[in-house]
Amino acid sequence: MTDITPDKQTPRAESPLREAWGMFLRNHAAVAALVVLVLICFTAVLGPWLYPTDPFEMVWAPFSPPGDNGFLLGTDYLGRDLLAMIINGARVSLLIGLAAALVSIFIGVTVGALAGFYRGWVEEVLMRITEFFQVLPTLLFSMVLVALFGASLPMITFAIGVVSWTAVARITRAEFLRIRELEFVMASRASGVPNAKLMFGVILPNALPPIIVQSALMVGSAILFEAGLSFLGLTDPNVVSWGQIIGSNRQYILDASYTVTLPGLAIFITVLAISLVGDGLNDALNPKLRQR
Amino acid sequence: MNVLRTFLVRAGYAVVLLTAVLVLNFSLMHLAPGDVADTISQSMGGADQELLDQIRADYGLDQPFLVQLGRYVGGVLQADLGFSFFYNEPVTKLILERLPATLLLVFSAQILALIVGVVLGVISAQKPNGIASYLVTFTALFGYSAPVFWTGILLLIAFSLQIPIFPVAGMRDVTVDGNFWVEAADIARHLVLPMITLASVFLALYSRLARASMMEVLGSDYVRTAKAKGLSPREVVYKHALKNAVSPVITLAGLQFSAVISGAVLVEAVFSWPGLGTLAFQSIIARDTPTILGILFFSALVVIVGNLLTDLALRLVDPRVGGRK
Amino acid sequence: MALLEVENLRIELSTRDGTAPVIDDLSFHLDAGETLSFVGESGCGKSMTALALMGLLPERIGRIASGAIRFDGEDLTKASPARLREIRGNDISMIFQEPMTSLNPVFTIGEQIAEVLRAHQGLSRQAAWDHAVELIDAVRIPNPKGRAGDYPFQMSGGQRQRAMIAMALACKPKILIADEPTTALDVTVQAQIFDLLRDLRAQTGTSIILITHDMGAVAEMAERMIVMYAGRKAELGPVAQIINHARHPYTQGLISCVPHLHDVLTEDRPELFEVPGIVPSLRDFGRDECLFASRCAHVTDQCRSARPPEKSFEGGQIADCWHAEAM
Repeated sequence: MTDITPDKQTPRAESPLREAWGMFLRNHAAVAALVVLVLICFTAVLGPWLYPTDPFEMVWAPFSPPGDNGFLLGTDYLGRDLLAMIINGARVSLLIGLAAALVSIFIGVTVGALAGFYRGWVEEVLMRITEFFQVLPTLLFSMVLVALFGASLPMITFAIGVVSWTAVARITRAEFLRIRELEFVMASRASGVPNAKLMFGVILPNALPPIIVQSALMVGSAILFEAGLSFLGLTDPNVVSWGQIIGSNRQYILDASYTVTLPGLAIFITVLAISLVGDGLNDALNPKLRQR
Repeated sequence: MNVLRTFLVRAGYAVVLLTAVLVLNFSLMHLAPGDVADTISQSMGGADQELLDQIRADYGLDQPFLVQLGRYVGGVLQADLGFSFFYNEPVTKLILERLPATLLLVFSAQILALIVGVVLGVISAQKPNGIASYLVTFTALFGYSAPVFWTGILLLIAFSLQIPIFPVAGMRDVTVDGNFWVEAADIARHLVLPMITLASVFLALYSRLARASMMEVLGSDYVRTAKAKGLSPREVVYKHALKNAVSPVITLAGLQFSAVISGAVLVEAVFSWPGLGTLAFQSIIARDTPTILGILFFSALVVIVGNLLTDLALRLVDPRVGGRK
Repeated sequence: MALLEVENLRIELSTRDGTAPVIDDLSFHLDAGETLSFVGESGCGKSMTALALMGLLPERIGRIASGAIRFDGEDLTKASPARLREIRGNDISMIFQEPMTSLNPVFTIGEQIAEVLRAHQGLSRQAAWDHAVELIDAVRIPNPKGRAGDYPFQMSGGQRQRAMIAMALACKPKILIADEPTTALDVTVQAQIFDLLRDLRAQTGTSIILITHDMGAVAEMAERMIVMYAGRKAELGPVAQIINHARHPYTQGLISCVPHLHDVLTEDRPELFEVPGIVPSLRDFGRDECLFASRCAHVTDQCRSARPPEKSFEGGQIADCWHAEAM
């Protein structure tokens, strides 16, 4: 009821972005998660300079427990410094997470936009393709791709991206179907705006909020995905990532559990932070939820 | 017979999807660097060009793409997915030996996640600030963010070192030998940890949706009607509300089959569960392409069957699906 | 003693701005076999009264702050939840405005009717089902045996409302509360539903509380009526007498909205008339003034300074208006 009451003072012209940011700040968990996430990114970018130990170098005897012998997180089965590995692993995990999410968003938005905009047989064909990808178990399919075409970072990124776009496609299509019927789109269409501009210049900007929220979540699940692949050993042996640390130490779980639990904790915290930020974005960008 | 017709349409569509999987499979095999001849020659320790050509001719690899594709699809129709040079056995046989273990894991985890998820959702919907509600929020955050293999490893550590009441590896104990029930109990004991690990991811999804759906249903007009009839709270919640609230959760569970199988691959690796995931893992290390592709085909088949079962379950719960009569 | 006596009922609703009295000091009675109608615009508290009688006020939001609801001498505001469940659907039952959403979509009509009989009369499954089929027949749904196995989505709106009525009357309640039973239905179906309710009342002797904003329905169905405005009673009395000579300006406005209620359109009311202005917001409920004052043509300073008292007239007509005598 209070919402409807007009303010006595003249309403300030607040940009939608500022307003969304204000909404985001109200979600304390999301703000805390954002801080954690910034710290993690900071570590990933600057960590190797701040803590210059080589993650591949054998620095001590294997399985030195955390805290002993000057190694905060101990050493792994080859006597490598676990802290250095986790810091360097952050780079690969975050990088693949981001890049794979971008790939899947690109595919998903393109497919969803075309399907929602053109309807008819285009939509029919594209949605059947989407369903086809939903039937393939994602992890198995990307395992196959990586196994057949080699475990390079670009291939892994592509393999993750190419199996995870279906949710983005469905959301984008639904938004396009809704927005294409709105008046301002009709008006643009009537005034002869070309289709490509109509799709990506007029409709897409208005469809962005749910796509952005989904994209944030995609980064989280891509990180989990990469961790799963490298846990299974499907990873570039020349780089270190969180999942790969777990995978390579897997046989020694019972002897030195920290070599597995600590990198897992890093993944958990990162993905948790991303999903909390995603929740915050959802509250901030979804006007329907604001009413509650 | 409307139901039968719908079922036939669905089945026909499933066949189309599976054929598409086969075509994709074959194209991947074709595109990938190296072929069967290379694999064989490697296992023989190298071969000259003449022998390679001989092998290619024997396996029809010198034929045009479409001919080879036709033969591949034709083979699958006769339950022939090719031959594994690594295991020295037909791929179909390899897979069928391991499929039951994966099916057991996948379906038991799905059912566990559904039951616990719905129960948690129902309890927490009635008390939005109660313990169950916090539990739902917590499991949702954990299940979504924790890598499933990490969860498995944590359980494995806990149950092998701290509280060794459940076996942490394999599917059966070789020393256990007895009648059907004794062996079933042994398998069930081995199943507990992998099942819980796999279920934890999906429990998160289902409990959250069940709570939201139940809260919506509890505010609906027909629940008010049920109360106005003087029914007990138990009947109102567990009969009138639950049967409505459960439909979206079942729909979601149907969409998750492919993700559950993906998760099962990792869980099988952690707990050495002798299923398709472990086979996939081993054949990838061995670069055993026919087996890998066979597994992809079978797992797509499991997803499709899972979807059909979901459809049937929905029909049982909600008469509006499919329009009875 | 009347079948139902409501005394000084006050129902408070928690809102973001605090609590608001959605029902403010309401008293009325209902005799056996009588039809009493509640009239007023949406948001005036008609439905809240009904829910309070059923003990179904929205949990955590609405509560009975004071007053008594005496049914057969028993104060329902003090009854236990278990006792209220015994009464609901058995002695007092209710049909709702939206037949489309008020029936459970995943159970058959027969089951939804039979369920009431099993709960309150302890009938066996088979006996309850057979009785449900008889009830479906009684509300004039053709082919009752076959339709009992239908789901709500297989029925029309009118049929669903008939099924709701069958469900409500299954245990031969002493009071039937009908909350806008025909608002969601086609005009032709509306008349059929009212015919049905009238016939069933004649057969069973059930008292009816009819909640509506349709003055035509009131004139057709009810002996007495209560006009509600902003959570308060505006006027109460025999229907014919009020239509003939309303003592509250709001009632007069409502009646003049409906042309055919007057036998002759008199010269001084040559055209249809609407009640100007809007209903006060929940925040203003409970103020010590006449809440209708802002929309009233006869407003004086007195109306804005104190809540009007009840003024009784012959024939049991009561109006809460400072100027009731002059009307």
